Amino acid sequence: MWKIHFILLFSRQGKLRLQKWYTTLPDKEKKKIIREIVQIILSRNQKTSSFVDWKDLKLVYKRYASLYFCCAIEDQDNELLTLEVVHRYVELLDRYFGNVCELDIIFNFEKAYFILDEFIIGGEVQETSKRSAVKAIEDSDMLQETVEEYMNKPAF
Amino acid sequence: MPAVSKGDGMRGLAVFISDIRNCKSKEAEIKRINKELANIRSKFKGDKALDGYSKKKYVCKLLFIFLLGHDIDFGHMEAVNLLSSNRYTEKQIGYLFISVLVNSNSELIRLINNAIKNDLASRNPTFMGLALHCIANVGSREMAEAFAGEIPKILVAGDTMDSVKQSAALCLLRLYRTSPDLVPMGDWTSRVVHLLNDQHLGVVTAATSLITTLAQKNPEEFKTSVSLAVSRLSRIVTSASTDLQDYTYYFVPAPWLSVKLLRLLQCYPPPEDPAVRGRLTECLETILNKAQEPPKSKKVQHSNAKNAVLFEAISLIIHHDSEPNLLVRACNQLGQFLQHRETNLRYLALESMCTLASSEFSHEAVKTHIETVINALKTERDVSVRQRAVDLLYAMCDRSNAQQIVAEMLNYLETADYSIREEIVLKVAILAEKYAVDYTWYVDTILNLIRIAGDYVSEEVWYRVIQIVINRDDVQGYAAKTVFEALQAPACHENLVKVGGYILGEFGNLIAGDPRSSPLIQFNLLHSKFHLCSVPTRALLLSTYIKFVNLFPEIKTTIQDVLRSDSQLKNADVELQQRAVEYLRLSTIASTDILATVLEEMPPFPERESSILAKLKKKKGPGTVTDLEEIKKERSSDMNGSAEPASVNASAVSTPSPSADLLGLGAAPLANSAPPPSSSGSLLVDVFSDSPSAVAPLAPGSDDNFASPDLASSEVVSEEPADTVHDADELFHKFVCKNNGVLFENQLLQIGLKSEFRQNLGRMFIFYGNKTSTQFLNFTPTVICSDDLQSSLNLQTKPVDPTVDGGAQVQQVVNIECVSDFMEAPILNIQFRYGGTFQNLSVKLPITLNKFFQPTEMSSQDFFQRWKQLSNPKQEVQNIFKAKHPMDAEITKAKIIGFGSALLEEVDPNPANFVGAGIIHTKTTQIGCLLRLEPNLQAQMYRLTLRTSKEAVSQRLCELLSEQF
Repeated sequence: MWKIHFILLFSRQGKLRLQKWYTTLPDKEKKKIIREIVQIILSRNQKTSSFVDWKDLKLVYKRYASLYFCCAIEDQDNELLTLEVVHRYVELLDRYFGNVCELDIIFNFEKAYFILDEFIIGGEVQETSKRSAVKAIEDSDMLQETVEEYMNKPAF
Repeated sequence: MPAVSKGDGMRGLAVFISDIRNCKSKEAEIKRINKELANIRSKFKGDKALDGYSKKKYVCKLLFIFLLGHDIDFGHMEAVNLLSSNRYTEKQIGYLFISVLVNSNSELIRLINNAIKNDLASRNPTFMGLALHCIANVGSREMAEAFAGEIPKILVAGDTMDSVKQSAALCLLRLYRTSPDLVPMGDWTSRVVHLLNDQHLGVVTAATSLITTLAQKNPEEFKTSVSLAVSRLSRIVTSASTDLQDYTYYFVPAPWLSVKLLRLLQCYPPPEDPAVRGRLTECLETILNKAQEPPKSKKVQHSNAKNAVLFEAISLIIHHDSEPNLLVRACNQLGQFLQHRETNLRYLALESMCTLASSEFSHEAVKTHIETVINALKTERDVSVRQRAVDLLYAMCDRSNAQQIVAEMLNYLETADYSIREEIVLKVAILAEKYAVDYTWYVDTILNLIRIAGDYVSEEVWYRVIQIVINRDDVQGYAAKTVFEALQAPACHENLVKVGGYILGEFGNLIAGDPRSSPLIQFNLLHSKFHLCSVPTRALLLSTYIKFVNLFPEIKTTIQDVLRSDSQLKNADVELQQRAVEYLRLSTIASTDILATVLEEMPPFPERESSILAKLKKKKGPGTVTDLEEIKKERSSDMNGSAEPASVNASAVSTPSPSADLLGLGAAPLANSAPPPSSSGSLLVDVFSDSPSAVAPLAPGSDDNFASPDLASSEVVSEEPADTVHDADELFHKFVCKNNGVLFENQLLQIGLKSEFRQNLGRMFIFYGNKTSTQFLNFTPTVICSDDLQSSLNLQTKPVDPTVDGGAQVQQVVNIECVSDFMEAPILNIQFRYGGTFQNLSVKLPITLNKFFQPTEMSSQDFFQRWKQLSNPKQEVQNIFKAKHPMDAEITKAKIIGFGSALLEEVDPNPANFVGAGIIHTKTTQIGCLLRLEPNLQAQMYRLTLRTSKEAVSQRLCELLSEQF
């Protein structure tokens, strides 16, 4: 079996920004795992490798500006390519938001999810072409109502 | 406010998020959230129907609150409502909520499934995509039940859009992983394989993942994927860097697809067809050649993608383990990476070389890098990398370099990170034992271990050194002398006191001739440590003292004085007190002869697997401990192997349980209840017998190897599924006439069954017992029905927990429905990882047609009337066969009843004959059956006749029953 078990995005302060699980776990367990992993990764210094053994999985992580991206993969999986999965995801976010920053992901977390879904399903890479993935997301934006339409609606 | 707000800004959401961010304290944040939750609750409960936009906004807020780490227990229904919205954006948020906050409420699931069904049927690719994503995200069994039949159709339909195909392939993969039994194999499988040829690389990428997983479980069925994958791979690696346009990633052509194809090929042995094999070798050579070319870009993405493919190619080369040339080239390439400036590459090179070290073709090549690896151990700044270096040193160790490697590891141990010390201790202990030519070196090494890292020396390690010293009389004198010297140190580790106490108690006499280590000096030395030690160690020392009474009668009174002192006889610890009392008594009343018998030297231990090795395996989990030592033909140098190879080979080799106390200190009840002399006797003599629960078999990989030393190394390392159905036919046949019992058993696993049947329905409980002390990982039992069988037998199972703890048992229920009569039996396939190896076994599951029998009582007249009615030659099947078991009438009767039919007494004119009648119930029909069994005692033969209204049924029942007598 070869797949990503989960992806976590968190800030240097340890605030979780996005969590995506490709295995079914109880919420309590997930919270425990998140706490543990954020702590492990934040405590590593900069010159280390991007890989950490964790239980029977392997964590592959990379920091982009203030945000850490961390994937848990199986022991036999391809670590380097997982780093590029992360990078491709960052590129997709960047392409969509234009110079993406942590705030974009905080305020548009649902978009960050949609973009991730276009790229990965069930822990497997679905579409590696940047053009196809971005096009799919932009197409779906086209389906949405105009901003004006929303602005006319009550805020609360 | 957000820097960008694209598409649909939900102003209310943005304001809420800003509010939260502006909260100065955790309390303020919680207050704001509670206010919002109350607001949302009241909106959802309010009389006014909410419009889609508001629902979407509130659901989104709930999601945000959830992501902040708060529990959300409402909003599911509103989210489900959004699913049926026609507005894409509302639908999308609805699906997101469902995927993130999965809920197992069955009513909700029914509604969700309904919405998904509508979207799948909508033929709108965007909606279909959302629905497929949702199924893949949730991946529950209920969803598998609802959609596992539908998705393959979408996947292979000619008019499905490419993007939908991609989602469908991966969605199906997710369902297959969670509920393989619910994904029907069928015509679509061959069409899926051909997706490897698809024009659209995105489709190929998604399909390759699916095929790989399917091929792991059904290698035969997907065999054709090998040649297709090779030709696809070949086209990619030979393409120019721009040929694949969008699928080129930083000048590397389709790295994801390449890696997936290489991964798929690792499900199979090297291709048999020489043309395919040649082409694959070319591909692998090309990939290795490219690694030597100058980089096309300075970006790390370029080198990562390129090397990702390279490492995967090397994995395939190692998996095949058949091309010495490629293996050595791979090793040289990795050797270059060992000195690369990128930490990641050094890490991966060390890791990958570990597996290369296990191939006989590349083992020597790996060894040439020993200095670099030792240097890595000393200079790497990242503990993960150092850990890999330790692993590699362990893997490359053989007799030629053992002394150097053990010395370096001991060196490193002094400064090693605490997190990996215990593991290094275990590795050193194993290597020292395995490659000891000179046992004095072994004893020195272990004592060094205790000196440097005493806290990390586990019980197993010091038990083991004692076992070895006891079994090898050439080292006993040296061991006694060395521990005696080591104990001279003013501060020595308690573990050393234990080893020293035990060894001097057994072999102190061997050095007592030297006035510097006279009996009294030995005793005083040990006793000087006594008060610094913990209770178990003190208990051990007391046993040493009583042994001294036997070995050195001249210091008997000194020892008796010590035993008699208040601090012993009135010790608060009951174990110590009891030992003191009993030993004192023993030394006073027993004659010299009795004393000599009770305290006789320990008999040699039965040879067994090193308990340390077992511990390391347990600690490291799957894959990491490659038992190269077993693979390489070095076994003859093992202590165990050379001493008594036969007993090592025996499969019953056992490991003492890690908790088995060497001195039986744990066996307190025994010591407390028995009368003094025999009690101390048992304390001393009986301590080494394995407690019943302590019997753990060897790791399967090493086990096989011990049994057949000539096995090629690939058999051990590769995870190639050995998909043969276990020939447990005999056990299978036993279940024809009974419902409960043990179906299968080997050294690792026991499978028990309990089943009940009523009319055309049945339920079977399968119990999987882990007989080892180690966890099984990825434990996946799958019930497989052939295509024919699927239409006549309906089986439903729930997945079991993928980890089975050592000694634990897990249960699986199979619900059975017999739709129509059937011939074959379903196959139970079980896969799991144990230690470093992948286990795959299959047994026939005894669900046989006769289980759906309902007995029918009838009179003699009725019987023969019906017998005549079924006289068409096709309705009768007869078999004449030799008795396989003693011909006992009572047993025969019991078997016929167990078979399921009624046993009709006084029906057949010949009282020696047996007749039976019953009805087979299936969902579609009921089949009346009559049977007659005529024994011939003289010839030791039987004639069995079956008459039923259906030829196939007569045939099958006759087959099944004939095997029983």
